[in-house]
Amino acid sequence: MQIKVMTNILDKNDQIAAEVHERLSTAGIFVVNLLGSPGCGKTSLLERTIASLKEEVSMAVIEGDLFTAKDAERIEQHGIPVVQINTGGGCHLDANMVNSVLECLDLEKLDLIIIENVGNLVCPGEFKIGEDVKVTILSITEGEDKPLKYPTIFKQASAVIVNKVDLLPYTNFNLPLAIKDITSLNPEAVIVECSCQTGAGLERWCDWLKEQVRMKRTRSI
Amino acid sequence: MHEMALAQGILDIVITTAAEHRATKVTSIKLLIGQMIQVETESLTFGFSALSMGTIAEGAQIAIEIIPISGKCNSCGQQFSVEKYCFICSDCDSTDVLVVSGRELAVDYLEVE
Repeated sequence: MQIKVMTNILDKNDQIAAEVHERLSTAGIFVVNLLGSPGCGKTSLLERTIASLKEEVSMAVIEGDLFTAKDAERIEQHGIPVVQINTGGGCHLDANMVNSVLECLDLEKLDLIIIENVGNLVCPGEFKIGEDVKVTILSITEGEDKPLKYPTIFKQASAVIVNKVDLLPYTNFNLPLAIKDITSLNPEAVIVECSCQTGAGLERWCDWLKEQVRMKRTRSI
Repeated sequence: MHEMALAQGILDIVITTAAEHRATKVTSIKLLIGQMIQVETESLTFGFSALSMGTIAEGAQIAIEIIPISGKCNSCGQQFSVEKYCFICSDCDSTDVLVVSGRELAVDYLEVE
């Protein structure tokens, strides 16, 4: 006997993600799912972002990491709330993990939560975790072929950060080609070229993020 | 290796559905997987066979249909097959393109006894 099912395999995860999103939206919080490969500069971008915005935007960070609290310790030094999720070897965060740490944060006081996902260009792209937007970082040292090699994670991003542009003179990274590939894959994405080392381009990223937070707050009032 | 998480999702759906239909054995499972979903089908099948041991779905055959990527232009209405991940309308160059297929990740049907 054949039974028609037609059920999404990630239904359970997506349902929890929708609940997390609903809860955080009700509190007027804008949520970013920050994605990128290991070493692309996710934590560095966070540090720069916190330094620029923490006086204007009340923010917290959720850190996803396989085993360590190294990134959370870096964030903690900036004096904002940070929660660590260790996946114990798991290659991505899922909605349930995020849901279970929300009680550690004072949601009433927050405008922005940035969730740093596990460094990986494949698996985190498939799991919603309650975010408003995904932001994907591509760093110069990874090579310009990555957007087309890992299309899902770049396709779903509302913003793509091209980091480490200060290293362009020392590599054969083809920036125009990278921008062309990202644009054809995801024409609506905001693309920001920046360097977390020199600070170049970060103002544009912070302005974009501030605008998203402002719009979210306006919508929730 | 998110294939294990996906395999668990499949198993949950299969066990629930089989129980609803009072099946005694699941013989095959048909999956729909979009071309944009990054999944290693061999790992998925292996993960499923390991997780399903001792359940109603032990030994079930898994058949996978890969769904190609297609888009629909919101400006001119053109529906087209997406080549090389280029999501720009092939007709009018609009960037306002809806992904119609290629993101599927679903259990289509089960064969049960």
